[in-house]
Amino acid sequence: MSEKLYPVSIEVNGKARSAQVPARLSLVDFLREELRLTGTHVGCEHGICGACSVMLDGEPVRSCLMFAVQADGHHLTTVEGLAQADGSLSILQDSFCEAHGLQCGYCTPGMLIASQALLNETPNPSEAQIRDAIGGNLCRCTGYRQIVDAVQLAASRLAAEKK
Amino acid sequence: MKSAAFEYVRASSLAEVCAALHDSADETKLIAGGQSLVPMMAMRLTRPARLIDINEIDALKLITVDHNFVRTGACTRQCVIARDAALGAALPLLKQALEWVGHVQTRNRGTVGGSLVHADPAAEMPLVAQILGAQMVLRSHAGTRTVGAAEFFEGPLATATRPDECLEEIHWPVWAEQRTGSAFTEISRRHGDFALVAAAAQIAVDENGVCTRVSFGLAGGGYIPMAFPQLAARLVGGTLDDEAVQSVVNDAASEFDPGGDLHASPEYRRHLAVVLAARMLRAAYDDARKAS
Repeated sequence: MSEKLYPVSIEVNGKARSAQVPARLSLVDFLREELRLTGTHVGCEHGICGACSVMLDGEPVRSCLMFAVQADGHHLTTVEGLAQADGSLSILQDSFCEAHGLQCGYCTPGMLIASQALLNETPNPSEAQIRDAIGGNLCRCTGYRQIVDAVQLAASRLAAEKK
Repeated sequence: MKSAAFEYVRASSLAEVCAALHDSADETKLIAGGQSLVPMMAMRLTRPARLIDINEIDALKLITVDHNFVRTGACTRQCVIARDAALGAALPLLKQALEWVGHVQTRNRGTVGGSLVHADPAAEMPLVAQILGAQMVLRSHAGTRTVGAAEFFEGPLATATRPDECLEEIHWPVWAEQRTGSAFTEISRRHGDFALVAAAAQIAVDENGVCTRVSFGLAGGGYIPMAFPQLAARLVGGTLDDEAVQSVVNDAASEFDPGGDLHASPEYRRHLAVVLAARMLRAAYDDARKAS
């Protein structure tokens, strides 16, 4: 017997996407396997590592802790949605490259979503605010120092751009 | 897909939830933020046959603040409560505790009501509910009833909520005393992880610094989060001298009787309970004396 499917319509990175999904399909699996948006990473799959962070209606959440069907009618931004319209890196993404805010890259999409959400609310964050914002994201490579540097660099570049 | 298969119902009203539960509560779970339930489903520690989603019910997302009570809805998110200035002024302890709950991403989705009905013995919200004597309003097809925190928490992941009931809202008593102070702390492996031990206190003092009302509690490693009203009463009428505090927190740690696991031994947890409870009583007292 095949599993019951539920209709979902979600706006992902500004584009309307619709599908029929089983209720138990997690949002992150939906993004990666149905929509082929593989920028969002699957890490621990039980809400500890933060690699799967996406923005739900503008706020960062863990996409492994939601079922795709629950996102029906909502807006999502994934790491793919942070890039500029022409596909080039955003200032935050470029700052991660510049400041060596990544090594293996596994945590990076979650780090970018968490930091972008912070910068959206707090354009000039303190180091403590940055560390709090990425406190739910594990990185096993960088020791976090360069990630904090990258967010600070992005904040100063964004401020300079506004002037 | 990590969870076992289930039927999904997105409820649009509490009446719909109660009707569905009345119809059949068998193997049905309600999902609010899902920050504890979904990992348990992913690990197949629980495999409900039906999930009723209450996330889209706006009536369950209220916050109202008045002189006697703060009311929060069952599905009011932790981040919304943490940001609410009027609530923070009326219930500083709840706000202080939320700083220890999970991380930004989990607080954006997690709900205070969900934390209460999930009733993890190491969780912060149940401890605050115990210390303040919160009242849980439970609704079923038959009507509503109100259960106080002292009767609500029955054991690890077990509450007085019946299978056909849904938490509707929580009433948090606001202390009328002007000179009221509070404090919350915990020790965990990583900030935002489950507490090895959490301790919190709320104290009111008169103009001479004499305690007129004291409440404190402990969570983590025990059976349920606990407040100690009889022990706290011993501190009323005094100025929180070291000897009185030490005797009260020693008795509290004995009553709390934390167990051990691979994260911490019973001895270490008991030590933390004594130290943190004493520290929070003093911090709440200092906070009360500063308040005007």
